[in-house]
Amino acid sequence: MSDDLTHLKDAMRAATPAPSKKDADLALAMKNFDDMQNSRQGSANEARLTTDHPTITSRFTSGVIHMFHSLTTRGALAATTSITAVGIGIFLYTQQGNIRFELPKPDAVVAEVPVNEAPLKDTVEAIIEAAPDAEAPATAQIDTRRTREAAELGKEEGFAAGASAAPEAEADMVIAEIAPAVPPALTRKAAPAPMGGITSGALGYDDVVIQPEPNTEAFANADANPVKITTDTPVSTFSIDVDTASYSVMRSSLMNGYAPDPQSVRIEEMINYFPYDYPAPDANEAPFKPTVTVFATPWNAGTQLVHIGIQGTMPALEDRPALNLVFLIDTSGSMATPNKLPLLIQSFRLMLSELNDEDEVSIVTYAGSAGQVLKPTKVSNKAAIMAALMRLGAGGSTAGQQGLQQAYAVAEEMRADGEISRIILATDGDFNVGISDPDQLKDYISKKRDSGTYLSVLGFGRGNLDDATMQALAQNGNGQAAYIDTLSEAQKVLVDQLGGAMFPIANDVKIQVEFNPAQIAEYRLIGYETRTLAREDFNNDTVDAGEIGAGHSVTAIYEITPVGSDAILNDALRYQPAADTDGNGELGFLKLRYKTPGEDTSQLLTTPITTGMGEATDDIRFSAAIAGYGQLLTGGKYLQDWGYNELITLANNTKGEDAYGYRSEAIKLMRLAKSLSGE
Amino acid sequence: MRMETTDETLAQAAANGDREAFSLLLARNYDRLFGLCFRLTGARADAEDLTQDICAALPAKLGSYKHQARFSTWLYRVAVNAAHDRRRRFATHARAADGWGDWEVNRVATNKETQDGVDWLTQAMSSLSQELRDTLALTLEDEMTHREAGEVLGVSEGTISWRMAEVKKHLRVMHQEEQKA
Repeated sequence: MSDDLTHLKDAMRAATPAPSKKDADLALAMKNFDDMQNSRQGSANEARLTTDHPTITSRFTSGVIHMFHSLTTRGALAATTSITAVGIGIFLYTQQGNIRFELPKPDAVVAEVPVNEAPLKDTVEAIIEAAPDAEAPATAQIDTRRTREAAELGKEEGFAAGASAAPEAEADMVIAEIAPAVPPALTRKAAPAPMGGITSGALGYDDVVIQPEPNTEAFANADANPVKITTDTPVSTFSIDVDTASYSVMRSSLMNGYAPDPQSVRIEEMINYFPYDYPAPDANEAPFKPTVTVFATPWNAGTQLVHIGIQGTMPALEDRPALNLVFLIDTSGSMATPNKLPLLIQSFRLMLSELNDEDEVSIVTYAGSAGQVLKPTKVSNKAAIMAALMRLGAGGSTAGQQGLQQAYAVAEEMRADGEISRIILATDGDFNVGISDPDQLKDYISKKRDSGTYLSVLGFGRGNLDDATMQALAQNGNGQAAYIDTLSEAQKVLVDQLGGAMFPIANDVKIQVEFNPAQIAEYRLIGYETRTLAREDFNNDTVDAGEIGAGHSVTAIYEITPVGSDAILNDALRYQPAADTDGNGELGFLKLRYKTPGEDTSQLLTTPITTGMGEATDDIRFSAAIAGYGQLLTGGKYLQDWGYNELITLANNTKGEDAYGYRSEAIKLMRLAKSLSGE
Repeated sequence: MRMETTDETLAQAAANGDREAFSLLLARNYDRLFGLCFRLTGARADAEDLTQDICAALPAKLGSYKHQARFSTWLYRVAVNAAHDRRRRFATHARAADGWGDWEVNRVATNKETQDGVDWLTQAMSSLSQELRDTLALTLEDEMTHREAGEVLGVSEGTISWRMAEVKKHLRVMHQEEQKA
């Protein structure tokens, strides 16, 4: 070796730590060995074929290396992943490391889900922990392998059974290996019936994709809000959020047979997915009305919930201003699967039937050659718009800068006084709209928003979903980010709630709550981790925040621990006496700031929060149930013994009339989540 | 008796269900495996996780061990695949540097000299491409010939030799920069 290399070698030797987990690892390996032996008895399969291992490996290795390199560029687009999310990511994905291990064991046996439910259940339990949702829709290579592996499942059942009994601390590693064989099987059982020809992600997943695609999903997330001590941090500030993407992603995961990645869960989006019936504002009041309710926490007898419900006004839709819409559609090759471009086209067709004749629509695509596929056309000429939509086909790589800039240029053309311009960006996640620097992209969109054109983002399909960027773009564009996994969801977002999605009634809505330390010892905001604002941002009108659309309702829930309660988590300080404040019996004070669309200065609404305020209707308690559900999906640190059974009971009791069926669907999903979690 | 048995024989026996053989095989190779995992990932925690993954999966994988390959080649191939997998997942989620990017210097001895050596190591490793790092992980400990390393990584012997030359060139340049500084 050359001197330099010797130096490197010595340095490496010095740096290598001594292995400290040897005993534990060896024990684990022996246990698995034993389990495998036990399951093998009786099914002697000496003639186990080995495929050309080296070839697959070498092809795979070089393929992975290549993928890894190309991933790096895309990586630049990820906007908001926090460092701790990285920690969680490492933890979760370490457990998934095994998934690729499973060597193909060709077997003529049909890929049938094993009948014996018990080991499957245990195995499935591990799916939650291993969270292979990013893995499941990944590649054709895995698909075909799994078909064969699922056959192996029958033999390996014993292995799984033994493995699942392994100590919880180490179970994940082992079980994760078998787990990937399970999702496709579960998918075939759990896949919902296709609706109107457009299928959910489940069928798209079953499709054999010719080109294996790396899974590059990235979610916007942050650490769960911790419990705050009122004397230390009496003020809580955040921006409202009406996006619903996280709920759809959760649904799509569950329908595909695996628990949603905790990183993809944003509790506020799940709560805000449902329409609520909060008291509507009067005609000459502010455009929205806050209603505060204080009631007992379902999951903790020692705490209470402060529920803030904000209801936007629903102006008569006949009087609404004309809409100028630009559909900016990603037609790159990756959009070809049934749950992407075809679903997108159907969704837009649905929406078209809701628009008025004076509205104008234009279509711009970006892929290969970006281009304006349809000039601004009045909706009275539906045929032309439909024809243009139907002509869309996926192909080519994602193009250019031209995409977004062209869309804004077209929106400029269409603009007229009193009309609302909005770009609807529909994509499966790879935001190759030409501006590759995410900050530059955000700035560009913010500038355009200030000049009057809004941007909403619709996400389709899994595997590529850059949820973090979607959120960031919609936030900057004063629009909504939604994830469309089924045609029903398209109907909800683009038809039922079209008013809210298209017509903002208040911009930059911020909430600030000050809690009274004489009454409240601790508090915790549920959700809104990615919407936190600094205390000074509240009064700063240049700080961007969320929008409320016509008819929208927004919910925020705090869990509060009154002074003197048994449930206080933080001990009192020893060396600093507790502050002796004299509150006037109020629990806290709520402040809201908003801007009327078009205005630059905000207006302020305030209301005190008092004990026992408001009436906890079924509606409100259902929203608390969803808050509990979101927490169950992300670990449920503060839920104590409250689990899925209690959740489902509460949800059932409070679902009320449920005209659209969203709540019943939610309860179905809760049941699925419960089964998948192995409770 | 067993003391003299080669890894290859042990592996074959283990694949056929011999528990003691498997136990011995793993015990013999664990430290080396861990070392490799460390060289691949650059961080102790990652190396531990990776090693554990591999140990857990080994019983199942043994079924595919073909007697003609050297056991260590086969084992290292398993390890490299596992590391690549982990990296891909990690990249998806975090888009952050891998182990060689977020090294914690204070994990190692506080001896100033060793510490300097470590700093330089991190610097050197981080400035190389992933392929070169993987190659180094295999070749830095003299157990692997270029041909064997090629087998593990799925490239030709010539490619490995070329990569090693690249590394030496790179190190030489680094050395020269340091001299200037």
